[in-house]
Amino acid sequence: MMRLLQSVGQNGLATVAGLGDFATFASRAVAAALSTRQLGRRWIRAVHEQGVRCVPVVTIVGLFAGLVLGLQGYYVLARFGSTGLLGTFVSLTLTRELAPVLGALMIVGQAGSAIAAEIGIHRNSEQIDALTTMGIDPVGYLVTPRLLAALIVFPILTVAFTLVGLAGGFLSGSSLLGLSAGVYWSSVHSAVQPADVRECLLKALVFGVITIAICCHSGFTTHRRTGVSGSRAVSLSTTRGVVLASIATLAADYLITSFLI
Amino acid sequence: MIDAPPPPILEVNGLRKRFGEHVVLASVDLAVPRGSIVSVLGRSGTGKSVFLKCLAGLLTPDAGAIRFENDSPDRFRRRCGYLFQGNALFDSLTAFENVALPLEHTTRLGRREIAQAARDALKNLGLDKFADYFPAQMSGGMQKRLALARALVTRPQLLLFDEPTAGLDPPARNAIFEMIVRDRQRFDFTAVVVTHDVPEALAASDRVALLEDGQIHFEGTPAEFAASDDCIVRSFGDNIVTLRTSLDK
Repeated sequence: MMRLLQSVGQNGLATVAGLGDFATFASRAVAAALSTRQLGRRWIRAVHEQGVRCVPVVTIVGLFAGLVLGLQGYYVLARFGSTGLLGTFVSLTLTRELAPVLGALMIVGQAGSAIAAEIGIHRNSEQIDALTTMGIDPVGYLVTPRLLAALIVFPILTVAFTLVGLAGGFLSGSSLLGLSAGVYWSSVHSAVQPADVRECLLKALVFGVITIAICCHSGFTTHRRTGVSGSRAVSLSTTRGVVLASIATLAADYLITSFLI
Repeated sequence: MIDAPPPPILEVNGLRKRFGEHVVLASVDLAVPRGSIVSVLGRSGTGKSVFLKCLAGLLTPDAGAIRFENDSPDRFRRRCGYLFQGNALFDSLTAFENVALPLEHTTRLGRREIAQAARDALKNLGLDKFADYFPAQMSGGMQKRLALARALVTRPQLLLFDEPTAGLDPPARNAIFEMIVRDRQRFDFTAVVVTHDVPEALAASDRVALLEDGQIHFEGTPAEFAASDDCIVRSFGDNIVTLRTSLDK
């Protein structure tokens, strides 16, 4: 019993310490935006890393999400004789929930894992120490550009996900199942309000900052993985970064939704 | 009239560092005279790299004092360079970009001046033809020279070398030590070299320190090291003879 209590206490303390460490790390990254030089060039590279490289996966997943929503929605609404509301169903589901959440998860899978692994390798090969000895703030050099890139990449890719998803819903609802195109697009137009778009973009922004900060932090602290080192530590950091970022996305989604609904 | 020894650029007193229960540095005292090359010898695992990382501020000592000439450690460290054992080059940057990196981020130089300084640094180390190469396209010796070019480009006053010849063949090891001596004269820096290469260190250094059991066991000139009767010091000096004798048996 004592051992159990001791273990719970130790884990609790470690979690609190970890949260504190993460908060310090994230604030350092934000503060470094003011002092880091050559930020523009590294920001462009980060936008390419997170944005351009993630376009295929985000659009493909968005298309299939829209296709499935159109298909499922059509048959459910048909039971109530309301197939005319398919556009409303697809657009609101995408805008409010699926596009920000699934988009973020896809970017985490593609870019977040790469970021955690790259920074982990920088840590393993003493490149982060080298930056420190050169007088360059490693957080400002490696993390800040990526956080700033997330601020623009996540909203843009979320909008892309939504648009492709709407097209997917149209393909399955209208082209395959025969719903009038005019009915579909007019219900999309009348359903989506500015508040929905704001919610969508707010979620994308929050998910972007949280997930990229978690992935960067996970790579940055690769050397603190106890009991492992080298490539195994990088592998664990990458997995941990992706898992924590995914959980944080869903938790933040619930919190934001509960505040805004 | 005997010249007074140059004042120390770096003075370490009672430096202590442990990891958990394992005491790596028990109490290290060392003075590094300005303009000299000081080699720190010792067996593997005696804390030579830990000592160097404490000097560079990468590790925080548990106790002891590190004094840099006329300056606070944080400010002085901006005028230090560090050559890592694994070179720590950025593999996604070319040789030119690796060398230009510290100038871009820590100086107010313009783009042209940075480019000129980086080209000069590469040329000084015979790498001017490889400016567009990535580190992975270079040999171990070239990577070491590139790391040295990056460390020298900011004209540091103190250069810390962590096993600069690790993984290199004997001619390349000699070349690295020759380079340290030659560049010390050219760029007027002080060097602390952590190494296992006793013959090269004795030939190239002004002073030698031997780290044993977390303390500086011996400190003196290479001639004093070679003439020492201390059994631990002799075990380093005689290791080549010992190996030859063992092989002959």
